[in-house]
Amino acid sequence: MTTSPTMLSLSAVSAGYGSFRALFDVSLEVAAGEAVGVIGPNGAGKTTLMRVISGLIPISAGALAFEGRSLAGLPAHRIVERGIAHVPENRRLFPRLTVEDNLRIGAFIAQARRHYSDRLAWVYDLFPRLRERHGQLAGTLSGGEQQMVAIGRALMSRPKILLMDEPSAGLAPLVVQQVFDLVHRIRAEGFTVLIVEQNVAQVLDVVDRAYLLEVGTIRLAGTSAELTRNDLIRRSYMGI
Amino acid sequence: MDIYLVEAVINGVLLGGVLALLALGLNLIFGVIDVVWIAYVDLVMCGMYVIYYLYVGYGWPLPLAGAAAIVGVAALGVLVHVLIIAPVLGSAPINQLLATGGLLYFLQSAATLLFTTDFRNIGVRLPIIEIGDIYISFARLIAFVVALVGAVALYVFLKHTYLGTAMRAIAQDREIMGLMGVDQRRIYLITSAIGGGLAGLGACLLALQYDVHPFVGNTFGPITFMICVLGGLGDMIGGFIAAFVISQIIAIGGYYSSNDVSYVLAFVFFILLMLLRPRGILAR
Repeated sequence: MTTSPTMLSLSAVSAGYGSFRALFDVSLEVAAGEAVGVIGPNGAGKTTLMRVISGLIPISAGALAFEGRSLAGLPAHRIVERGIAHVPENRRLFPRLTVEDNLRIGAFIAQARRHYSDRLAWVYDLFPRLRERHGQLAGTLSGGEQQMVAIGRALMSRPKILLMDEPSAGLAPLVVQQVFDLVHRIRAEGFTVLIVEQNVAQVLDVVDRAYLLEVGTIRLAGTSAELTRNDLIRRSYMGI
Repeated sequence: MDIYLVEAVINGVLLGGVLALLALGLNLIFGVIDVVWIAYVDLVMCGMYVIYYLYVGYGWPLPLAGAAAIVGVAALGVLVHVLIIAPVLGSAPINQLLATGGLLYFLQSAATLLFTTDFRNIGVRLPIIEIGDIYISFARLIAFVVALVGAVALYVFLKHTYLGTAMRAIAQDREIMGLMGVDQRRIYLITSAIGGGLAGLGACLLALQYDVHPFVGNTFGPITFMICVLGGLGDMIGGFIAAFVISQIIAIGGYYSSNDVSYVLAFVFFILLMLLRPRGILAR
C-alpha cells in the first residue's frame, strides 16, 4: 500500500481556535487506496484535524496538500471540489429534509450534478435501506440509518477520499458494529478513507495504518498490526 | 346569499394573492439568511417608481417596464445584502433590524427628495368584470393569478433544484454547508436577488391598482409583517395561508363595517392568535 502515491499529506500542521491551539506540528500521510485511522482520547484534536483538512478551520503553520497541490487558504466548498468529502461528527444531517434531499445536497458541486442519477442509484445499491426510506425526513431515521445517509451524502460528491469523524459516536453497540461493516464496504469499493475514532479495537480492524493523537500531537504511528500489539495502545485504549 | 358578501369574499381572495407574494419574499429571506428586511415593502415602492417612470415617462411598453422593475429590484436586493446585511450578519439581531430599519427611512426620504410626495398613477384602466351582479376588478384578478404563478414557480424551484434544496437546508445547519460544496455567500446573494425579484413582481401587480408615493410601503409593510409572523416567520406555507386569512378578515370586515375597522379587526385577530399560537398558525 505504501508504494501508492501520497494522496493527502499534512506536514508540521498547527491549528486552533482563536488563541487556543489544538494541533501542534502534526504530520500525517494517506496514500491512494489506503485506509488510515486516527485514534486518541476525547479532546486530543481529532475533530480539529478533520476540520482543518476540509477547510473549516485555517491552519496557522505547516503545509497541507492533496494530490500534490496545496489546500491552504481554500474555503471548504472549494475543497469538496478537489475530491475530499467529510462525514462530520454526529452526522449533521438536515433533519427536516427527506433522505433523498439530503443526498441531493451531497451532489451540489457541478462535477457531481452531472452524474446525479447514476450516483444516487449507486448509493441506493450500497444502502438499500435508504432506497426504502427515500421520502422520509432524515431526522426520523434510526441512528444507524442516519449514519448511512451521512456517508451516502458524502459519497454523492464522488470524492477521492472520505474523511469520517467518529462514525460510531452516539450509537448503540450493535449499531456500532453495523457502522464498521459499512466502513468495510466503502473500502471494498476502492475508496481512500481517513477515519477518526475512539473505538480503537474496531477501527484498527478496518484500517491499514493508524496514528495515535494525544493533546494535539502525533504520539505513535504504525500499521494496524503494530499498533494492536503496542503496549501503550493495549493498556490505554483497549483495556487489555 | 348576499351578493355583496360574495363579492367581498372574492375580492379578499384576490387581495390575498399579492400579500401572499410579498410574504413569500420576506419569509424566503428570513428563512435562508435569518435576517428580517424591515425595508422589504419599500423595495416594492422603488419598483413601482421604476414602472411609473419607464412607462409614463419614457413610454416603454408596460410589460417591459414591469420586467425592468423585477430585474432592477432584484439587483437592489443584492445591493441591500452586500452593503447592509453582509457587514452585520454576525452581529446581534437588533443591529440587523436597526440597519434595515434605517434603510426604510433612507428609501422613503430619498424617494421624497427625488419624486416629491405626489401620488402618481400609471393610468392603466383595466376593465371591471361583471358576473351577474358581482363586480370584480380585472387588475386584481391579474394580480392574483400572477402572484399564484410566482408562488408556484418559487415552490418548484425550492423543491426540485440543487440551489433550492440548498436554500431549504441552509437554515437547518449553516456551518455544514461548506462540506456539501455550497458557498454560503453565494446562496445569500441568490436569495437576496430572488427576494428582491419577488418585491419587483409585487410592484408590478400593485402599480396596476394603487398610486405610487414615497410612503406606499407603509400601507402594505405592517400587514405583510403581520402575515409573516402569523404564519410563523420563515414558514413559507404558513405565511401563504396567513395572507389569505388576513385578507379575508379585511374584506369581510370591510363589508360589515368600514375599511378602517376591518384593519383593526385584522390586528385584533393577529394579537389573539399570537397569544394562542405564538410560533405561527402551522407551528407544531
